[in-house]
Amino acid sequence: MLNVGKIEEGFVLDHIKAGRSMQIYRHLGLDKLDCTVAIIKNARSNVMGKKDILKVECDIDTLDLDILAFIDHNITVNVIKEGEIVEKRALFLPHQIKDVIKCHNPRCISSIEQGLPHIFYLADEEKEIYRCQYCDEKYQESAKTEN
Amino acid sequence: MTNNLRHLMKPLDFSVEELEQLFDTAADIEKNMSAYSHKCDGNILATCFYEPSTRTRLSFETAMLRLGGQVIGFSDASSSSVSKGESVADTIRVISSFADICAMRHPKEGAPMVAAANSIIPVINAGDGGHHHPTQTLTDLLTIRSLHGSLGGFTIGLCGDLKFGRTVHSLITALVRYKDIHFVFISPKELKVPDYIIDLLNENNITYEEVIKLEDVMSKLDLLYMTRVQKERFFNEEDYIRLRDFYILNEEKMALAKENMHVLHPLPRVNEISVEVDKDPRAAYFKQVQYGLYVRMALILTLLDKTDAHINQGLLRTF
Repeated sequence: MLNVGKIEEGFVLDHIKAGRSMQIYRHLGLDKLDCTVAIIKNARSNVMGKKDILKVECDIDTLDLDILAFIDHNITVNVIKEGEIVEKRALFLPHQIKDVIKCHNPRCISSIEQGLPHIFYLADEEKEIYRCQYCDEKYQESAKTEN
Repeated sequence: MTNNLRHLMKPLDFSVEELEQLFDTAADIEKNMSAYSHKCDGNILATCFYEPSTRTRLSFETAMLRLGGQVIGFSDASSSSVSKGESVADTIRVISSFADICAMRHPKEGAPMVAAANSIIPVINAGDGGHHHPTQTLTDLLTIRSLHGSLGGFTIGLCGDLKFGRTVHSLITALVRYKDIHFVFISPKELKVPDYIIDLLNENNITYEEVIKLEDVMSKLDLLYMTRVQKERFFNEEDYIRLRDFYILNEEKMALAKENMHVLHPLPRVNEISVEVDKDPRAAYFKQVQYGLYVRMALILTLLDKTDAHINQGLLRTF
């Protein structure tokens, strides 16, 4: 079994659905940070069978974690200080998502207008429904991994 | 100017109170048209129509001309810089340098919203594909208010294409904010009102019924809103032809209706209302066109922030 050491200061994203860690890596902008990041793919999990884990050695408050709830609200966020978990941070669905997903409605202006940001708003928090800001088309879950 | 800049993108952009003010202005315009003939002296309306719509464009242009303003614009994307690949954002930046207010129709949904986000002048959505057509909704509301006397306390039948009919969806959504309205949806099962509308009515405890035959409900209606089955919303011509003639309002059906019922239609009609109905005093669809003009005049005044001046002058006239 592969062992990845503990981190002293930073955070761990656990229970990521297997295969989604790179998507989160990109959306959190971790590629732009000058800190240690461990990406663990397909780790064994009693509950999930397989899961991904991200360990990041940086201040959690420098990142916008809201997008995590949109990608997968089952992800757990553990804040680490001096090698110990000091906080389990709750995730909330963001009210707006910008340039994370694309509208697939061919009648939407975002399909032709150059340089237009793809913006979705939270239309129904209970049902976790997002709609395109321009055409109000509902975002389909099946397209989530395409973007 | 940008601080107080107001646009109209969706039918519910204005609150009920703001709509009341708008409709009061429109009602005053109906009575005192000449008093408004110089309200927009020196102002220019740009009509940017990326797809043909003679009726709506002429209504906007007439509204501005009746207010004393002038009009520029295009009525077809092929005659604009769009044919050279210019974005909506760039087009409105240029138009903002020429005009004081813009009415935009575009085949792509959300295009006027992109224009508004990049504009320093008010933008009115004059129809964006099958998405919104807010000035049609304002027209319908003003027509109902003027003919019925209030926006509430009536039974309204909506007949025809309730699935693809954008005007119907907008009207229902707008009427949900008023009290004591009972909806009767009359359509073939293929063109039933979508689930999200039914959900909206249920959430607001608003009563409704869905029927197939117009004759069965005609006697209980205070208002009947007829719609056209639009060919452009169908992918299959066979389906269009089969459903096109499903409902035709004629003298026979009108005989079943209340004496004070009003028939509305967003126009243009194809054959869903027989021409013999036109002479019936309950046929209100051509009056509706007039109300569309008044409400667009009131809207231009509102967005250009010229209503206060009118109210003051109105008070001076009154006393």
